[in-house]
Amino acid sequence: MSKRFLNPTEDPLWLRLLLGAVAVGFIAVLLLLPLALVFKEAFANGVSAFWTAIVEPDALAAVKLSLIAAAIAVPFNTVFGIAAAWAVAKYDFPGKTVLVTLIDLPFSVSPVVAGLIYVLVFGMQGWFGPWLIDHDIHILFAVPGIVLATIFVTFPFVARELIPLMVDQGRDEEEAAATLGATGLQTFLRVTLPNIKWGLLYGILLCNARALGEFGAVSVVSGHIRGVTNTMPLHVQLLYDNYDYAGAFAVAALLAMLALLTLVLKSLLEWRYADELAASHRH
Amino acid sequence: MKRLLSLLAAAGILAGTAAQADVTLLNVSYDPTRELYADLGKAFAAEYKADKVTLNTSNGGSGAQARAVIDGLQADVLTLALAADIDAVSKNAGLLPADWQKRLPENSTPYTSTIVFLVRKGNPWHIKDWNDLVKPGIQVVTPNPKTSGGARWAYLAAWASAEKAPGGNAEKAKAFVANLYKHVPVLDTGARGSTVTFTKRGIGDVLLDWENEAQLAQKESPGQYEVVYPTRSIQAEPPVAVVDKNVDRHKSRAAAEAFVKYLYTPAAQEIEAKNFYRPRNPEILAKYRSQFPNIPLATIDGDFGGWAKAQATHFGDGGVFDQIYQPGK
Repeated sequence: MSKRFLNPTEDPLWLRLLLGAVAVGFIAVLLLLPLALVFKEAFANGVSAFWTAIVEPDALAAVKLSLIAAAIAVPFNTVFGIAAAWAVAKYDFPGKTVLVTLIDLPFSVSPVVAGLIYVLVFGMQGWFGPWLIDHDIHILFAVPGIVLATIFVTFPFVARELIPLMVDQGRDEEEAAATLGATGLQTFLRVTLPNIKWGLLYGILLCNARALGEFGAVSVVSGHIRGVTNTMPLHVQLLYDNYDYAGAFAVAALLAMLALLTLVLKSLLEWRYADELAASHRH
Repeated sequence: MKRLLSLLAAAGILAGTAAQADVTLLNVSYDPTRELYADLGKAFAAEYKADKVTLNTSNGGSGAQARAVIDGLQADVLTLALAADIDAVSKNAGLLPADWQKRLPENSTPYTSTIVFLVRKGNPWHIKDWNDLVKPGIQVVTPNPKTSGGARWAYLAAWASAEKAPGGNAEKAKAFVANLYKHVPVLDTGARGSTVTFTKRGIGDVLLDWENEAQLAQKESPGQYEVVYPTRSIQAEPPVAVVDKNVDRHKSRAAAEAFVKYLYTPAAQEIEAKNFYRPRNPEILAKYRSQFPNIPLATIDGDFGGWAKAQATHFGDGGVFDQIYQPGK
């Protein structure tokens, strides 16, 4: 019997089918089925009932709050992500690995802990709480706290997407631009940005999806004031607990739609710019 | 022209005096009051003429809500499940005086409730009284006394029932309660969580919970559940209080005080009764008597020496509940 390494494509047919079936089965049972059920429940009483549940003032307030949190967190983390990736990829400095590890922190810290950190810092029994209250500045249990918690949990998305890409691309092109007399900004806009735009877009889309969907950290700092500090995920839970199952699933479906829209955008971009992507997106 | 201007000025002054200020009150409440305060908030806003009041409400487990207020949640009014949680806000954050409970009538409790059993249609396990809860194989759903106010009332109701049963004493009560919690498969953090566990998830044979929560569950799913009244239970007093330091900061004291007083008015008592809370007003209670069966009720002050003592003895770290409850056993 000759012994040789099998090419994966030469695996027996039954094995390939089995693996494929397992993958499809898992996706169907764990992802597609629950998603389909959410939409089924949401539209169980018809489209008009769905619409009524969405335009209800507290639901609209929750949608608005989620969009505000994302609208602040995403640009913030985009700027931060580019700056961090730039620093890590283009410069050598002591503590670089520490910085990269710190960027990953929100991935490894439970969101509940993240929320409690803000309670400790801004709470009445915390460091700045009493001073802030005396000056009528509301952070915890108000919109700023929710925005901060959202920023914390979505912190790594853009940076994580860009760092490997920019490290991989090296600094040759930027150095060439600099020798030709380009300013820092010119170098960034004309050399770096075109190289990283796809990775950046991926990062922003993922960051946005997570910002809209975050539950744990926001739950700790929200205070759960109906119509005021409830984001969409918190409002879903509130409605569910209030016996308003139709409303809960309607808002859940809207949330799912926003996430699906993100995925569709991502796929469209991939499809439309497939060639360009292959050239620039090397990881 | 001059006349027109003075007319305009007069109109402006009139408008100025007639215009109401916008006041937003934040009511931090316990878990099952969602429907109650939605109704009371609307009714109060229509009734109160001095300002244009909006009542915002935050709901959660009573202990957790007290914690949030201590951490800075800007409550103007606290409507929690039991006095010990408002005591905690007074003690740990100093936002209201220690004698807050003496400021309003009836221990600052405009409505009361009690602890009852909710069973599935037809009562298949023939659950009639406390002893039936500890029969072999019976699963009891009740929230965690560490976080939920209703659960603490439920625990004390079970304790008092065993203590007051013929031949009962404190030792037997402790043994009964220990046995009872061996029949609890899930301890949710709040009353509403337990109700959802029992109704939507179908776990357990009996839900041990607030009377108002049990009656609401019955109303939400007609014909699926039955409320069972044991031979004795406890008078649960969920108190209300204005949070002094916060209302002074928000300049909302007048509206907040009017609101808590409003809760005792016949109109509000009527709304409370309709939401399955037992009104204090004897006439309105009599009107809804069929909804609130008269059973012997132990009281926190008479039978447990007040909340400060009960909290420390039973629910503090290392207290009786910690001694008897072993998760998963």
